[in-house]
Amino acid sequence: MGERDSVTTRGGVAPTAGAYGSPASSLGSSGSYGLAGRGEGGANLADILERVLDKGVVIAGDIRINLLDIELLTIKLRLIVASVDKAKEMGIDWWEHDPSLSSRARSEVTGGENRETTA
Amino acid sequence: MTEGLRYAYAVVRDTGAPEAALDALTALEGVTGVAGESVYAVRHLGLAALAGVVPAEDFDEGPLRERLEDMAWLEKMARAHQRVVDTAGAESCVIPVRLATVCHGDEGLRRMLATGRERFAAALDRLEGRVEWGVKAYATQPAAEEPPAAGAADAASTPNSPGTMSGRDYLRRRKAQRQAAERRWGDTEEGARLAHDTLSGLAEQSRLHPPQDPRLSGISDRNVLNAAYLVRREDSAGFAERVGELAGRTPALRVELTGPWAPYSFTAMDDGTESAGADG
Repeated sequence: MGERDSVTTRGGVAPTAGAYGSPASSLGSSGSYGLAGRGEGGANLADILERVLDKGVVIAGDIRINLLDIELLTIKLRLIVASVDKAKEMGIDWWEHDPSLSSRARSEVTGGENRETTA
Repeated sequence: MTEGLRYAYAVVRDTGAPEAALDALTALEGVTGVAGESVYAVRHLGLAALAGVVPAEDFDEGPLRERLEDMAWLEKMARAHQRVVDTAGAESCVIPVRLATVCHGDEGLRRMLATGRERFAAALDRLEGRVEWGVKAYATQPAAEEPPAAGAADAASTPNSPGTMSGRDYLRRRKAQRQAAERRWGDTEEGARLAHDTLSGLAEQSRLHPPQDPRLSGISDRNVLNAAYLVRREDSAGFAERVGELAGRTPALRVELTGPWAPYSFTAMDDGTESAGADG
């Protein structure tokens, strides 16, 4: 409890349990940008997906589902790969320092391409 | 009740307190999971798995695979999963497990804890008292020069009709536009790097995520920085303040702070070897 209170000291972004994980604030030159990606649930779906799908401890449950076999998620990952390629094109390479990301992205690129040609 | 499927959300330390007094469970009172179920804890080996009883017709292998292909269902599931993890994490250190981790009965959850015992314990030691903050920076749009989702729509090569303009004027204008866009891009890139360097210095660890695609995020401004920072709970207010300052410094950037999140981006067990790799 005490620990969390220290977080809530910042007036505008009090992370109450309900708002946990939601955009705390959007700060910018002209202030009032909409958060288009936010659903009724608060946080941007892209923020949530990149955490619950790509991060977190991967441990085999009894029900074996390889998320990469899920077509929809592959499409989602393709979107990420597209962004990475775009960044690369523009000479931004900082993401390459993230080993989990770059290996994931690379294997996904090959997998994705194969699937696309057959589609 | 030990039969049936269990959906695992996260692992916490078993403090030895009675179940009703586990901090993570107290926080979850009234919060339901991916099947609208209430969340309980299965304890084993000093760890506790936060889990829910879920119906086989949705969560057995075949149906689950099918459900995951349904965007509306996936979104609902992802949001419920995140809600449970982050609500529990508001009170204590939680180690999230990946979406769609399903076990057979409490016995299956105990097996999962036993299998991952060392990894979970190490992560709990490392992440206790820390939270994750997300910071994204967007290049703000210059007034209606480029189509918003330029990144996504490039290949479509919109003709951009020259109208009454002469060919030469048209080309000249295009060139000027391109140069302005390049200058602007340089500014925002520099601003994003500066922000990342500064925030990395304040955080224990940082992770760079790929920029978000507008089609997924619904935000058309170009995402030039998408990073996660691991920050001590007590340093969070200071961190957020710094983000605010950085936002004020670069007008070409819009900065968005999200969190606190459970430490999703920092649970990877190979952290030991890669830690601080992104900090440069």
